[in-house]
Amino acid sequence: MLGFVIQRLLQAFVVMMAISFLVFLGVYAIGNPIDVLISPDADQRIRETVIRQYGLDLPLWQQYLGFLKRLAVGDFGRSFVYNMPVLQLILSRLPATLELTLAAVLGATLAGVPLGMYAGYKPDGVASKLIMGLSILGFSVPTFWVGLVLIFTFAVVLGWLPAGERGETAVLFGVPWSFLTFDGLRHLFLPALNLALFKLAMMIRLARAGTREVMLTDTVRFARAAGESEATILSRHVLRLISIPLVTVFGLEFSSTLAFAVVTETIFSWPGIGKLIIDSIASLDRPVMVAYLMLVACLFIMVNFLVDIAYAALDPRLRVRRA
Amino acid sequence: MDQPLARIWAEFRENRIAVGALVVVAAIALVALLAPLLAPQNPYDLASLVLMDARRPPGYVGSGGYVHILGTDAQGRDLYSAILYGLRISIQIGGAAGTVALVLGAVLGTMAAYFGGRIEAFIMRIVDLQLSFPAILLALMLSALLGKGMTQLVAALVTAQYAYFARTAHGAASVERSKEYVEAALSTPLPAHTVVFRHILPNCLPPLIVVATVQIANSIALEATLSFLGLGLPPTEPSLGTLIANGFQYMLSGRYWISIYPGIALIVLIVAINLVGDQVRDQLNPRLKR
Repeated sequence: MLGFVIQRLLQAFVVMMAISFLVFLGVYAIGNPIDVLISPDADQRIRETVIRQYGLDLPLWQQYLGFLKRLAVGDFGRSFVYNMPVLQLILSRLPATLELTLAAVLGATLAGVPLGMYAGYKPDGVASKLIMGLSILGFSVPTFWVGLVLIFTFAVVLGWLPAGERGETAVLFGVPWSFLTFDGLRHLFLPALNLALFKLAMMIRLARAGTREVMLTDTVRFARAAGESEATILSRHVLRLISIPLVTVFGLEFSSTLAFAVVTETIFSWPGIGKLIIDSIASLDRPVMVAYLMLVACLFIMVNFLVDIAYAALDPRLRVRRA
Repeated sequence: MDQPLARIWAEFRENRIAVGALVVVAAIALVALLAPLLAPQNPYDLASLVLMDARRPPGYVGSGGYVHILGTDAQGRDLYSAILYGLRISIQIGGAAGTVALVLGAVLGTMAAYFGGRIEAFIMRIVDLQLSFPAILLALMLSALLGKGMTQLVAALVTAQYAYFARTAHGAASVERSKEYVEAALSTPLPAHTVVFRHILPNCLPPLIVVATVQIANSIALEATLSFLGLGLPPTEPSLGTLIANGFQYMLSGRYWISIYPGIALIVLIVAINLVGDQVRDQLNPRLKR
């Protein structure tokens, strides 16, 4: 197990280096690096100071080393628009996104797994057909469109729920959270629902496919022969057997939901990192773009790593084969 | 190659929903193709837009003397015309991105399976890595780096999607590679590329077709999303996503039609393509056949 962990860690490190190189190439070598570091209205003296300070007159490989060094200490430069260190800016926006993503993924899993298992248990029932129809819709319809329809229905026509901002927040561990106040929850509901629908469709499909396959296995046949009730079989045996792919997807989806949050946050003007990156792209705030890219890549690699480890812990065969 | 496709078609015809969806896709494609003939107005001709006609509800008779069946947008565009032209762009981009990604992915995937060893490990490692990132994030970053425009958009979509094709092609080609007929073909003096393109690739086509239908729908949705976020096409040539984005701010004041109608057109197109793809996928999945 330790060897497996070390091997995966090394792999994650190599990938991270590769991505940092690509980002470096994309933003520093192809684009004009000076634009990334100083605002366009700086005068000539400041430009030269910064060029020397960041070593832009050095050969490319030395610049790359410098870029890595700054990354290692978390120095992503300053945002032109907000005029504060980028890292601080992103960290201040992160809780909003985390809260939204967590609400969406948890909601999708808690609703999607039972629905999907039911659809897999009775594949020909009317309710199952309905569930599957909904899941096709959830898959096909783009997130931004669902968001618009939700806003139009619940905020404009019915006027039940607010359609933007985080609402009232309460402070926990020095960070403001929306889910701790009633008003915040009301603001959280629509964006979380919007973000959850795609995941819900995916969870339903996975749980259904898994259940359909497991229901045909000997495990279920013997459990029935032993006189266990159908509910026990589903909750004790089937759920456990389909849990491995579900855990993987849960992990992977958590990170991809962060990416989809870009869309949802823009529509609902939810002040998280997704809205930040769209605003930064629009205003060409490149230090923020670089930092966002690196942090998201890092997050993805970490999640992939953790999923691999969880996989190995759940399924002993993988430890032998992959290590 | 003809035979498996003919068999797929025969089975496909039995699912009425899927056939209906296919008809809808064909009809939309036809309407998009004939847009210049069907639309009362050329929505890209800025000179023909009259600001007096802006934001009028469906059924309004504008200064052009004809009825705006679906109303007008904030620039005074006839929405019905704009939707027809928008469908055109969406299908063009989805089709172009899907095809290029299919070719690129199929070539990379079969090459990996054919050569094996280091080349295979290298190609598939990159593909796996890319698949662990969501397509939307890659497309977002690329279109931010490359800028606005049709070519840039297609390039971003291809980069975000070729990996799905590469993995599928690799899986199918690895299976074919180990079969005896390929061994037999390789033992003849036929050049390698003949074996790959004449023997291995045609047998990998069915799963690739499934991925292609799904990916075309995905790239249409992705394009709309990027345009909605303001990273896709320039607003002078509105795609469906741009139209929806333009109407978003007016939706809050109850002028729903600017966003809703282009959205409905987009959804119908995507859902129809997905229904077709779903049926084909079910047919080709041996695990569901008992």
